[in-house]
Amino acid sequence: MIEIQDIHKKFGDNEVLKGISAQFKPGKNNLIIGGSGSGKTTLLKCIVGLHEPTEGKVLFDGNNFTDMNFEQRVPIRTHIGMLFQNSALFDSMNVEDNVMFPLNLFTQQSKAEKLDRVNFCLERVNLAGKNKLFPSELSGGMKKRVGIARAISMQPKYLFVDEPNSGLDPLTSILIDDLIRELTDEYQITTVVVTHDMNSVMGIGDHILFLYNGQKWWEGSNKEIAHTDNKELNNFVFASKFMQAARAKL
Amino acid sequence: MFYSLGRYILLLRLSFRRPEKFSVYWAEVMREMVSVGIGSLGIISIISVFIGAATTIQVAFQLNSPLIPLSIAGSIARDSNILEFSPTISSLVLAGRVGSSIASQIGTMRVTEQIDALEIMGVNAPGYLIAPKIIANMTMVPLLVIVAITLSITGGYIACVVSSTVPPSDYIVGLHSNFLGLTVRVALVKAVAFGFIIASVCAYQGFYTSGGALEVGQSATRGVVFSCVMVLFADLVITRIML
Repeated sequence: MIEIQDIHKKFGDNEVLKGISAQFKPGKNNLIIGGSGSGKTTLLKCIVGLHEPTEGKVLFDGNNFTDMNFEQRVPIRTHIGMLFQNSALFDSMNVEDNVMFPLNLFTQQSKAEKLDRVNFCLERVNLAGKNKLFPSELSGGMKKRVGIARAISMQPKYLFVDEPNSGLDPLTSILIDDLIRELTDEYQITTVVVTHDMNSVMGIGDHILFLYNGQKWWEGSNKEIAHTDNKELNNFVFASKFMQAARAKL
Repeated sequence: MFYSLGRYILLLRLSFRRPEKFSVYWAEVMREMVSVGIGSLGIISIISVFIGAATTIQVAFQLNSPLIPLSIAGSIARDSNILEFSPTISSLVLAGRVGSSIASQIGTMRVTEQIDALEIMGVNAPGYLIAPKIIANMTMVPLLVIVAITLSITGGYIACVVSSTVPPSDYIVGLHSNFLGLTVRVALVKAVAFGFIIASVCAYQGFYTSGGALEVGQSATRGVVFSCVMVLFADLVITRIML
């Protein structure tokens, strides 16, 4: 389980996060949603340690991640998988080397064992046989799936996903969402997804955190979101006529 | 300026932290050595031959007096090539070729979140990305400078043969007269220092890039400009200390 306690983050005088607390449980798809500039990516970066919070704590299974130094964080980081908005695949490596990279650095497995694991991960994301392709030869959806394969190669306990559907067509977006849901269920991973895609919210949002102006404005599930009377959340989720019509049918 | 200097020193300290797995880093060092060494051999060879030839002709032109033996041209061209032209001009060319590549590669990795991806995995990103480049440059630049010295002296000989400004036999006599091993030592010390400066300054510029493609280009330009200035400054300091 991941617990965040009273997270504040300032950039100069600009306070982006204003005291956010939440718990993200294993086996659940925890979604952080909010408008542009609401602080959701900053919160994600504070959780994984890419930004240091100005105040507050991040606990991974009770271990205070915020107070740890680089070396102390490494054992926790080997249990973290992350899919970046632009996939962040290493351009100089092919698909196989990208997925194998964390295994090369942090395991003592033989080459054959590592290759087995890579092939398993690629098969899991429906990219079997694409080992030798380079990132420049992949479509946006394929890059995301390779990113997921790399993120799960070390069998993570925590999976972080930043805007998984940005730049993808609706069908590929659904495939990526389904994959995230399956992996979370299958391996009981604590998954935290930052998104503003309403299909993802309604499709996989077991636990949703709505940020507004750097604060936690609403918390609940995708089942509760349709019936909330929170004005800012309604303005955000049901901004489009399609979503308003969908809500009316619920 | 002090802020940048402090950040540069801290980055270097992080770069030389104990690696997570030595074999992976070693493979990176080898890859960088091939890229720097083999990749730069062509351009270094070409410029060295031409610089050596031009230097010899110009020295002979300046020593155009019946009181000065022509063999002196060989000695002066040799020392100029060993002490200054081969290490410094080669390093300035390498700053353009290798340095810009280092800054833009690391800068692109920064803006496309590849460095964030390394850090999330628990990899010491400066160590993985920068240390192999510094080691490769400090190893390969001296080797390239040795090649440059050899070829520039050869270029001088070719110029003598082709232009007949200095008889080749006099040039050879000049090459052998009053040779000091110290000049080669100075050249190699310069080469090691220049290799370090090119890799570390350009890596620093790339590592702290923020923004997009425009900023990556700016980082590469800054990396080349700063490393060229630092190379020339280090050239002066080493020359003053060792000679």
